[in-house]
Amino acid sequence: MRRRKFGALWMILPLYVFTLIFVAGPLIYMIALSFAEANEVHGVNWIFTLDNYRKILEPVYLDTFLQSFRLAVTSTAIICLVGYPFGYFMARMPESRRKKTMLFLMLPFWVNSLIRLYGWIIILQKKGILNHILQSLGLIEKPISFLYSYPAIVFGMVYALLPFMILSVYSSAEKMDWSLVEAARDLGASRTKAFWTVTFKLTVPGLLSGIILTFIPSMGLFFIADILGGNKIVLVGSLIQEQMTRAGNWPFAAAMAVVMMVLTTIMIVMYRRISHVKEVEGIG
Amino acid sequence: MNENRMKKNSKFAGFYLGLIFFLMYLPIGVVVVFSFNESKLPVRFTSFSTQWYEKLFHNSAMLEALCNSLILGVLSCLISAVIGTLGAVGLSRIHWKTKGVMEYISILPLMTPEIILGMVLMAFFYMLNLPFGMLTLLIGHTIFCVPYILMEVKARLAGMDPALEEAARDLGASPFRAFQDITLPLIMPAVLSGSLLAFAMSMDDVVISIFINGPKVSTLPIKVYTQLKTGVTPEINALCTIMLGVTLIALVLYFLVRRIGKKNRME
Repeated sequence: MRRRKFGALWMILPLYVFTLIFVAGPLIYMIALSFAEANEVHGVNWIFTLDNYRKILEPVYLDTFLQSFRLAVTSTAIICLVGYPFGYFMARMPESRRKKTMLFLMLPFWVNSLIRLYGWIIILQKKGILNHILQSLGLIEKPISFLYSYPAIVFGMVYALLPFMILSVYSSAEKMDWSLVEAARDLGASRTKAFWTVTFKLTVPGLLSGIILTFIPSMGLFFIADILGGNKIVLVGSLIQEQMTRAGNWPFAAAMAVVMMVLTTIMIVMYRRISHVKEVEGIG
Repeated sequence: MNENRMKKNSKFAGFYLGLIFFLMYLPIGVVVVFSFNESKLPVRFTSFSTQWYEKLFHNSAMLEALCNSLILGVLSCLISAVIGTLGAVGLSRIHWKTKGVMEYISILPLMTPEIILGMVLMAFFYMLNLPFGMLTLLIGHTIFCVPYILMEVKARLAGMDPALEEAARDLGASPFRAFQDITLPLIMPAVLSGSLLAFAMSMDDVVISIFINGPKVSTLPIKVYTQLKTGVTPEINALCTIMLGVTLIALVLYFLVRRIGKKNRME
């Protein structure tokens, strides 16, 4: 028995070492960095300060946070509206078709998001396919500029993150006991009422995990805003990148990252509280 | 009456799913189709041509990026397969108090927004004085590849009977032998499918790579990203189509391996 454990120790060692050095290490370093003073030129003075966090509260930066937040809320709301029915319909398919649908859903999801984004640029740009079609149909006279606007960014976000929502809703709708809906119907509930009182309530955990899975990345997907928004909208992600590369203020970038991480963690904890109360209790 | 209503609903559902699928695949199709277009303007398909592929293959910077991406994908997936597989097996055998925490930290890279991971790694590697380039990229990619393999293997182990390996030990096999002959073949499908997933993720990553690639080294997705920002030539279409091909091959293999794994399990 003892020898077995010894073997397990050796197996686990690479994972422990790697994880501690390259996952925990950088994250701890980030937290330390966020409390350090930025050197005026480039680099860090290791003096404790809260200035980096205070700086986030400056109107310019606070505005960026609010704008990112607003964009994330808007995108997530639309993703819910579009993705929920998809996941729901998928769960109601016969099982053989479900698997195929899943495969087709996953395929574009593994394709580089840049490629998909680029495809949309070809379609939507001023001299693009859509304008060409609309013009030759005589629907419009001058090409419309679809790109480089707020709606374009929202569209890009929705497009990139939709599968997360669909998969979460699907997995909770699939696990659902459909006889409950039948029971509600047998007891005289209308289809709508049966849906809202039974199906929807039971799929809320899926919806919530979908919201988390889409909300968190949408705060940070700076390249979508970059490519589809044409520098019109600055998100926290773009701000962090700018501070890291051009401005060279790493402590400030670290402070913003810490705030983002804290927000993310709060959301995950809240989700666990709401959806898996029993599981958490069971573990504790 | 009731059945009728159900049918109507499923028609709408079918239409809805079809529409979303159409929108999902449309941009990918457009990129592929126009990579074979002769005209430079991606508006109308004029005639079939492979000139953009030829141009691409005369572009040494692009080829280097392609090479880098493939090397990175293969190496990071091999290294993380070793770390992740051993780790998952080891974790299944110990019952320390720190186990849960370690597992949480190991999959943390998947739950951290990519931009934060990228930025943190950039600062961290700078502090360690590591030269930015292939080495930092390799470490970075391995960081987010390990969790995929760890999770796949862990799930597979959960469905496995630990008595099998114990039986081998009782019959006199050394721990190494028992692992090699019993456990490893059983978890191999999970190792492979996890690795292929990791490979696809590595081939796909822009956000983390862009922070840690350094000024001289570039990967395929980074090239695409910079081109998209500066100016688009149909060469990108060809490049994207190639990337698509590589990812697709990895995916097909992934599903094949998974199918074989499932069959084995059934037997």
